[in-house]
Amino acid sequence: MSTLLELSGVSVSFDGFKAINNLSFQIGEPEMRAIIGPNGAGKTTFMDIITGKTRPDEGRVLWGEKGVSLLSMSESQIAQAGIGRKFQKPTVFEAQTVRENLAMALKNKRGPFDVLFYRKSAEGAARIDAIAEEIGLTSDLARPAGELSHGQKQWLEIGMLLAQDPRLLLVDEPAAGMTPSEREHTTDLLKRAAQTRAVVVVEHDMEFVRRLDCKVTVLHEGSVLAEGRLDHVTQNKDVIDVYLGR
Amino acid sequence: MTFTATNARPAPRRSFIAQNPSVLWFLLALAVFTLGVTLLSEATGTGFLSTSFVKTLGKTLCLCLVAIAMDVVWGYCGILSLGHMAFFGIGGYAIGMWLMYARTEIIVTRSLMAAPIPPTEQEIVDSIGTQIFGVVGSSEFPLIWSFADSLFLQLLMVIAVPGLLALVFGWLAFRSRVTGVYLSILTQAMTLALSLYLFQNDSGLRGNNGLSGLQNIPGLEEMGQATLSIVFFWASALALGMGYVMFAWVVSGKMGSVIRGIRDNEARVRFLGYPVERFKLFVFTLTAVVAAIAGALYYPQAGIINPAEIAPIASIYLAVWVAIGGRGRLYGAAIGAAFVSLLSSWFTGGGAPDINLGFYRIQWTDWWLILLGLSFVAVTLFAPKGIGGLFDLLSHRHAPDRVGDYGPDKGALRAEEGSEPEEAK
Ligand SMILES: Nc1ncnc2c1ncn2[C@@H]1O[C@H](COP(=O)(O)OP(=O)(O)OP(=O)(O)O)[C@@H](O)[C@H]1O
Ligand SMILES: [Mg+2]
Repeated sequence: MSTLLELSGVSVSFDGFKAINNLSFQIGEPEMRAIIGPNGAGKTTFMDIITGKTRPDEGRVLWGEKGVSLLSMSESQIAQAGIGRKFQKPTVFEAQTVRENLAMALKNKRGPFDVLFYRKSAEGAARIDAIAEEIGLTSDLARPAGELSHGQKQWLEIGMLLAQDPRLLLVDEPAAGMTPSEREHTTDLLKRAAQTRAVVVVEHDMEFVRRLDCKVTVLHEGSVLAEGRLDHVTQNKDVIDVYLGR
Repeated sequence: MTFTATNARPAPRRSFIAQNPSVLWFLLALAVFTLGVTLLSEATGTGFLSTSFVKTLGKTLCLCLVAIAMDVVWGYCGILSLGHMAFFGIGGYAIGMWLMYARTEIIVTRSLMAAPIPPTEQEIVDSIGTQIFGVVGSSEFPLIWSFADSLFLQLLMVIAVPGLLALVFGWLAFRSRVTGVYLSILTQAMTLALSLYLFQNDSGLRGNNGLSGLQNIPGLEEMGQATLSIVFFWASALALGMGYVMFAWVVSGKMGSVIRGIRDNEARVRFLGYPVERFKLFVFTLTAVVAAIAGALYYPQAGIINPAEIAPIASIYLAVWVAIGGRGRLYGAAIGAAFVSLLSSWFTGGGAPDINLGFYRIQWTDWWLILLGLSFVAVTLFAPKGIGGLFDLLSHRHAPDRVGDYGPDKGALRAEEGSEPEEAK
């Protein structure tokens, strides 16, 4: 397992409020990592920094074997480098069909002219069908994504993430709005993805995290409070104080 | 080897027309219309339609073309450009320069040849200069007229000048992520600056006189306006048909998917790895070039172009046409442009009878704009799909029938990712 992503000494503040405070973090490839922490701990902001949505005030974010800095790259370059993201609030293109949503995410060249002269291929269609099968939306492929329920949109976004075929998956609260059996399916899916890739999952549901059965990072007030196995961190006194005790 | 997924279907590859039946309908309607006008015109038909009306119809087709370009940039890509009529005007100026130069050259040469001593080349050029720039008290050819003697180069300018302007302007604007109303204001500023510049006498384009006599096509004097009007009508119809097919192709398929995605949520498109700025630049520049081509066909039919044509209000009208016709569907934009511009010339040309209310006489030449403004507001509020929305009644296109709830539910309580500080729960 080699290091894929490394954050060191990263800080960011919004109007003087430090949302991320001297945060350091590492993840290898392949690896599964869960991030937990109370509301406002900075979990989503952490993902914003990696994906280029938010620029940190200080610190380094290094990516890949060569250790290139993500800070000088645009959002689309970062995504193309192999970082995919599922948002906390599912964001799919509601006016377009499920198939179009998946097709847009499908790993292909991303330039305007590549897209303009893009021709549908049998492999592409097969891949979309396979993903649709996986996320249980096979019969909904022709429906506008706006018609889907909240849980189905979560699935669609997970499907889009898989279609991108990224090296690092950032998954923000995937289980929200899902039934228990769907949650189970999601954990299976993420665990399978983590056999070959790096996967970072933010989740509030402890049962879900337990099932992921991986190293856990606890965030609090923008920095790492504890790191280790779930049983280990849940016994940590600081963690109990700030998070579990409430 | 066994496949687990036995129901793996091949890629659904239907023809472009099968996927976009409206293209066929539009082309059919355009062909029927073109044929009808041809059969009723003075030159090639019964003469039921006057030459000037044929010109009006030809010009209307050009307006339809610029309207579908506007629809692609605004209705599909979400960039409310209020500057596309500036590109239209630049196209008109570019072709107008050749038309004026070449025609003046013919006239000047003819008159000088009658003189006892044959004129030198320089004398001819000087004389053309005096003829063209006399109205602004000059006779020198400005630098921008360098290519005016070549039809080919000037046609190239029709594409190159607006294309480059759109490219540079778009690059600066999109790169700094100017969006929404700020971008609209910026495009208006560009348009205003351009028209103010052209109004100046030393702009090199004859100030507020503009370029005139454009209806006389050098080399085609024999043809007569009646025939010319049909030639240009056909050219405009051809350009509209080709533009329609091209744009329909661009907005279908994956490109259409990406640019509609940009319209609805550009940040999300970025996180999928698409360089949004380059897509916007592509759409902005392509539509600017098409607008310029439409302008280059329009002004020889109009006969005159002056800086007032580029005034910011023209681009606002363009947006109004597209909104009334129906954004996000190409035929809607074309219908809107044709409907509103024809109605407008009917009202302002004195076609509509005044209404006498006894105490007040409604003169449509004054009141038409108010009527247009009110219709625009009404469409925006009550029929956002515009006139094109009527076709949904035919094709049974309907709003999504939603099952299940919208969410968000527990655990996804934010309205927007990472926005609005929220007190800890
Ligand atoms: N763009 C922003 N402007 C101002 N404050 C922000 C911004 N983004 C995040 N914050 C603040 O930073 C803190 C961390 O927010 P973040 O969304 O990262 O928390 P989180 O750990 O994802 O919480 P949750 O579990 O509720 O999703 C919060 O207090 C939030 O209000
Ligand atoms: Mg969050």
